[in-house]
Amino acid sequence: MTMIEALRDAMDVKLAQDPKVLIFGEDVGYFGGVFRCTAGLQAKHGEERVFDTPINESAIVGMAVGMAAQGMRPCVEVQFADYVYPAFDQITQEAARLRYRSNETFTCPLVVRMPTGGGIFGGQTHSQSPEALFTHVAGLKVVIPSTPYDAKGLLIAAIEDPDPVIFLEPKRLYNGPFHGDHAGKSTGWSQHPAGEVPEGHYSIDIGTAEVRRAGTDVTVLAYGTMVYVAEAAAERAGVDAEIIDLRSLLPLDLDTIRASVETTGRCVVVHEATRTSGFGGELIAEVQEACFWHLKSPLQRVTGWDAPYPHATEWDYFPGPDRVARALTKAMED
Amino acid sequence: MTGQPKLNFPHPPARPDQTPNFSAIEIPAAGALDVPPLDLQSVDSRDYANGMIRVLDDEGTAVGPWAEYIADLDSDALLQGLRDMLRMRAVDKRLLNAQRQGKTSFYLQCTGEEAIGCGFQRQLSGGDMNFPTYRQQSLLIAADYPLRDLMGQVYSNGCDPLEGRQLPIMHSSRDYGFFSISGNLGTQYIQAVGWAMANALSETGEIAAGWIGDGATASNDFHAALLCASTYRPPVILNIVNNQWAISTYTGVATGGARTYAARARGYGIPALRVDGNDYLAVAAVSKWAVARTRAGHGPVAIEWFTYRVAAHSTSDDPSAYRAKDEAAAWPLGDPVARLKTHLIGRGAWSEERHVQAEAEILDEVTKVQKEVEAQGTFVNPQPTSPATIFKGVYAEMPAHLRRQRQEMGY
Repeated sequence: MTMIEALRDAMDVKLAQDPKVLIFGEDVGYFGGVFRCTAGLQAKHGEERVFDTPINESAIVGMAVGMAAQGMRPCVEVQFADYVYPAFDQITQEAARLRYRSNETFTCPLVVRMPTGGGIFGGQTHSQSPEALFTHVAGLKVVIPSTPYDAKGLLIAAIEDPDPVIFLEPKRLYNGPFHGDHAGKSTGWSQHPAGEVPEGHYSIDIGTAEVRRAGTDVTVLAYGTMVYVAEAAAERAGVDAEIIDLRSLLPLDLDTIRASVETTGRCVVVHEATRTSGFGGELIAEVQEACFWHLKSPLQRVTGWDAPYPHATEWDYFPGPDRVARALTKAMED
Repeated sequence: MTGQPKLNFPHPPARPDQTPNFSAIEIPAAGALDVPPLDLQSVDSRDYANGMIRVLDDEGTAVGPWAEYIADLDSDALLQGLRDMLRMRAVDKRLLNAQRQGKTSFYLQCTGEEAIGCGFQRQLSGGDMNFPTYRQQSLLIAADYPLRDLMGQVYSNGCDPLEGRQLPIMHSSRDYGFFSISGNLGTQYIQAVGWAMANALSETGEIAAGWIGDGATASNDFHAALLCASTYRPPVILNIVNNQWAISTYTGVATGGARTYAARARGYGIPALRVDGNDYLAVAAVSKWAVARTRAGHGPVAIEWFTYRVAAHSTSDDPSAYRAKDEAAAWPLGDPVARLKTHLIGRGAWSEERHVQAEAEILDEVTKVQKEVEAQGTFVNPQPTSPATIFKGVYAEMPAHLRRQRQEMGY
């Protein structure tokens, strides 16, 4: 099953199971979304459950806040993460704080799904990774799966969560894993073990990381597309890296991170988003505080450059396997 | 005209050194407009959106079709409305005073606008939900929200239902139909639409009411709400309180070239009415009509309540710096309390003496509760809630990082 099919399956399961679950956003109804994530759901569950909205992200999330407060379980789609900014006020100051400011008399169980990251020549308005803008907000949860199996289990968990969840979908992984070689032959999820997605209901706890590759030399903290890039980089560098797929950025599974870095004593942090004030800075601070006396070399960080996401020069911008491999090699010095 | 483009910068009719002047405001005669059918369509609402529904004439007599529409609202019900407004005014007076004495950080009055919230709330039913701005405390008063809770929040003491989380006037009460106020202007207008959509989908029979000020109609979410309400037709009443001033900014800056805010709602395909917001009977009549229409499934309706913000924007504001002195006294629609009083005296249900007596009684009642609540702590004599509450309710379940931070604080 592709990640798209897994996400659709998660929504299908929840729509069938819970009459309070609603799906809406731009083009998600009749057409089924520009990435086809909701294809067929309106036909199956009806337009009161799955419907199209005006092109206004603040309206989409604002309606969802009101619905969630009144007992519904809205799971809305923002067509690209790059389009989320008009909804920023509704997400950060309304959804995130409703429980707190009302002393828990109103709550906001909603999910905002959005495709994130580059790798499809989408230019600066279809490639961004805005996760750090949301991890900075108290009251939100921020989730980013890297496999179809996790995508389904985490989306079901997000829809069932009593609090608002920002659900980032690495669009480069929608149809298959991506190891960073854009010119190479791509393989679909059917060739990958994590493309095996069980039928029916299952969920993955938000706040739990997963060790994707066990290793002893160096810990790599990655999420989304960069999990696969890190795998390729470790092979290229000939380093026995332990690759941790964070899956949930907020809350963060510090226990899994600490256990690994205490063993390896070395750590490389990787993300696609821009560097300055990126989530990597937070990871490095946490690792430094928790594991300082176990560290054998300076912490390394590989990120997108601090420039807008370019169109034609995308692969010079994208933090590919070569850059990650260099960081791994550097982390192994001393 | 030379043909050279020139920008337009709207100005109020008078600034501090000038004489108040409301001559440009057209005040239609009371009783001039009919009561439209409940299924009024946007296209047929032009006269209601551009005109003004008024019931009380200059002598305080209820006249016209809307007066007949609420003929069942007897003297007792109107006296209840008067008492609601007097209680609202007493609460504002006492809490403004408390802020001046340093007992609370901030306060914000609704003087002159009492009829709107008081009159509207009495037409709602249990389960209906308001999405108010911070100047709709009158909704709480008319919902019989306990003064102890209301004042507890103003003093952020042990009586505060929100345990010190929010600014003094940002109330929240699910049980009394008052959605948590965020303080961000406009954001809750679209949430009211979402709540109403949930009501329709769950067939609760309940309605929602969004509230926004004239200034905040400029915000994105005002337009988002009107569009989505027009598109999905949920049971929502979209209220616009036009009190002429957005802090220091004259209402004309938000109106632009439009004639009325109600007319703007019509542009989105929502039927709209404009109402004398200082006329308790007009407020009660139009609220009753709007609630009946909305509950019956005829879709959204917008109401512009035309009024004047008599008090400062807040205790942090000094209106003498930007508007004419005595402007409130010159306001052509008068004072809502005085107008209802005159009407009740005219119909033989009230007298000057009883009014003076009622004012004193209500002020005593409010002061008594205030003293009890102040005994639980004020900013002068703080007995704040435990700092551990900082970490409570950020999430349903406290995540590990928040637990670590709470422990770091020593709780």
